[in-house]
Amino acid sequence: MVRLEKRPQASQAFSWAAPVLAVLATMVFGGLLFAALGKDPLASIATIFWEPLFGDFAFYYRPQLLIKGAPLVLIAIGLSLGFKAGIWNIGAEGQYIMGAIFGAGVGLAFYPTESVLIFPLMVLAGALGGWIWAMIPAVLKVKFGTNEILVSLMLVYVAEQFLASMALGLLKNPEGFGFPGSRNLQQYPSAHNAELITGSGMHWGVVAALIAVIFAYVLLARHRLGFAIRVTGEAPRAAKFSGVNPVRLVLFCMGMSGLLAGLAGMFEVAGPAGQITIDFNVGYGFTAIIVAFLGRLHPIGILLAGGLMALTYIGGDIAQSQLGLPAAAIQVFQGMLLFFLLAFDLFTNYRLRFGRAEVA
Amino acid sequence: MKLSTLLASAALAIGLAGGAFADDKTKVGFVFVGPVGDGGWTYEHNQGRLAVEKEFGDKVETVFVENVAEGPDSERVMTQMALDGADLIFTTSFGYMDPTINVAAKFPNVKFEHATGYKRADNVSTYSARFYEGRAIQGHIAGKMTKSNIIGYIGSFPIPEVIRGINSAYIHAKKVNPDVEFKIVWAYTWFDPAKEADAAKVLIEQGADVVLQHTDSTAPQAAAQEAGNVITFGQASDMAQYAPMPRVSSIIDNWAPYYIARTKAVMDGTWTSTDTWDGIGAGMVGIGEITDAVPADVKAEALALKASIADGSYHPFTGPLKKQDGSDFLADGETADDGTLAGMNFYVEGITGDIPN
Repeated sequence: MVRLEKRPQASQAFSWAAPVLAVLATMVFGGLLFAALGKDPLASIATIFWEPLFGDFAFYYRPQLLIKGAPLVLIAIGLSLGFKAGIWNIGAEGQYIMGAIFGAGVGLAFYPTESVLIFPLMVLAGALGGWIWAMIPAVLKVKFGTNEILVSLMLVYVAEQFLASMALGLLKNPEGFGFPGSRNLQQYPSAHNAELITGSGMHWGVVAALIAVIFAYVLLARHRLGFAIRVTGEAPRAAKFSGVNPVRLVLFCMGMSGLLAGLAGMFEVAGPAGQITIDFNVGYGFTAIIVAFLGRLHPIGILLAGGLMALTYIGGDIAQSQLGLPAAAIQVFQGMLLFFLLAFDLFTNYRLRFGRAEVA
Repeated sequence: MKLSTLLASAALAIGLAGGAFADDKTKVGFVFVGPVGDGGWTYEHNQGRLAVEKEFGDKVETVFVENVAEGPDSERVMTQMALDGADLIFTTSFGYMDPTINVAAKFPNVKFEHATGYKRADNVSTYSARFYEGRAIQGHIAGKMTKSNIIGYIGSFPIPEVIRGINSAYIHAKKVNPDVEFKIVWAYTWFDPAKEADAAKVLIEQGADVVLQHTDSTAPQAAAQEAGNVITFGQASDMAQYAPMPRVSSIIDNWAPYYIARTKAVMDGTWTSTDTWDGIGAGMVGIGEITDAVPADVKAEALALKASIADGSYHPFTGPLKKQDGSDFLADGETADDGTLAGMNFYVEGITGDIPN
C-alpha cells in the first residue's frame, strides 16, 4: 500500500526541488511524446533547451530570451505579491493591454515632436493605464466584496475590445491606407524603446524587470508591507491580530501588479512590437501566472522561471521549423511543465508512506 | 559588434557553407498565423506549401512554423528561418508586415513574400487575392435565393479587405433583387467558432435566410444547418462537408500556383520584387461547386458571371455606383481602380449602418 501522509511541516527542500523535478519529468515525458510523433526525442529536447543558448546562432537567440522573458518576469513579479497574500489578480493580460494603449497613446499624441521627455511620460502613462485597470476589481472588492478573480478576468475581454477599437479608430495610422494598426513607434525616435546596446536585447523593459526583481526581494525580506503580505497569505487570522489592514493590502497588491503589467505592455508596444494592433496581446499576462508559480512566488525564482518559459517558446519555434514538430506538441510540452509542477508540489506538504497504515 | 553585421556574416557563412556542400536544394519557409488544421486561411496556405513540395520534389525543402503571433515573435521566427538558410520566406498574415520588412533589411539575399500587405522592398514582394470577385458571385446567388430579403453578413474586422467584400456582395445581390437588405455583425476575430456561431444565430433570428461570412471557421455553417432553410457559403476553404445545404458554394483561396511560380523564380534566379493581386482569372480565387440546392437557372447565371469576371470583360465594381452618403463613387461604365479598392473604407449606397471605428 502506498498512501499520502501530511508532513508535520512543509518541506523547504521539496519546495525548491519541485520545479527542478518538474522540468526533468517534462523532459522525459515530452521526449516520449516527441518519440510517439516519430521525432528523435533527444534531438527535440536538445533543440528546445540547447539550441537557443549554445547553438550556432546563440548570438541572436540569447538577446531574444531577454526580449521574451522580460514582460513575463515583470508581470509575474507583480502577480506574486498578490498571490502570496491570497489576492488573485488573473487579469494581468488586460492591464498589460491598457498599459500599452496608454503608453502608445501618449507617445502618438506628441507625434512628430521630438523630445527627451516623451519616453518618460509614456512610461508613466503605461504604469497608470495598468494601475487603473487593476484598481477596478480592487475597489469593487473592498467596497462591495466582489470576487477579484472574476472581475479582473472579465476586464481582460473588455480591454481586448478596447484594443481593437483603438487599432481601428483613434490610434489608427493615418498613413496606413485604411488598414488597422497604429504608427510604428520604432520609427519615432523619441517614443522608441530601443535596445540600449544594439544587438544585446537589453531594452528598458528588461532593466525594469531586473529592478522589479530586486524591489520585490527587498520588499518581501525587509519591509513591513512585505511582512504583511506574507503573514496574510500564511495565517490570515494572525495577520488580523497583528494589525494588517486588509483593504490597504488589496489595493496595494492589485495596484502594484496592474502597474507592473501596464509597464510591461508599454515597453513592449514601444519596443519589440512597435505598434498597437488588434492582436497586440499574445498572452503574456496569462503565461506570467505560470511563471509566478513556477518561480515559487519568489523574486529570484520568478527570474529563473521567466527565462525558462522564454527558452521553451524560442526553442519550441526552432523545433517547429527545424524538426517539423507541430505547434500543438510544443504547447502540450509547456503545459506538462505546469502540470508536473503542481503534481510535485503536493510533496511539499505530503510524503509518500509505503506499507500498511498503522492501526490506531 | 552590431547585430546586423553579425547576421550578415552569419548569412554569408551559410551561403559559403551551402556552396561548399553543393547544397542545391531551395529552402522555402512559411510563417503561419493559425494552426495548419484550421480548415480555412492557414489550411489553404499549407496546401500551397504541400503543392510546392509535390511540384519540385527533392529540389526543395519546405519548413513552417504555425501559430506565430504577430509582432516580435514573428520577427524572431523569420530571422530564425533566414539564419537556417531559407532562400524564400512566405509570411502569410497582414500583421507580419513590419516584421517582414525589418527582417528583410537584415537579410538582403533572402527573398520574402508578404501576403495582403502594402509595404515592399527590393527583396520583399506582396501578394493577395481578389476575393471580392468571388463575393460578387455569392451576392448574385444570395439575392436570387433569399425569400426573407434579409442577408446576414459576419464581418471579421472593419478593414478594406472585408468592406470590399461586403460592397461587392451587396451590389450584386441588389442588382438581382432590389428589395434585399444586408444585416452586418462584426465578430472582431478571424477565427473563433463560438463567436462566429453566436453571430450566425443572431442573424438568423433577425430573419436572415442567407448568411455570408468573412471568418474562417465552419461554425456559421453548423448554425445554419441547425436552423434549416438557411444557406451559407464556404470561406477560404471549400467547407464541402456542409454541402449541398446549407453550403451552396464557396470561395477557395488557391495559393498553390503562385507559390510554385515564385519558388521557380528563385530557383531560376529570375525573382524580382512585385505586387501581385490575382483573382478568378489567374486561379488564385476559386469558386467551389455550386450545389443542386441552387436552381439551375441561377447556377447558370452565376457561372456566366464567374466567366465574365475571369476573362476580364466584367469588373465587379462597375458604375454607376454611389457611396453610402449619396456622393458619387463611379460614373456609368467606369470601373474602380486598384488604389481605391485597396483602401476602401466606405459602404456603397443602400447598405445601412456605420462602419465601426
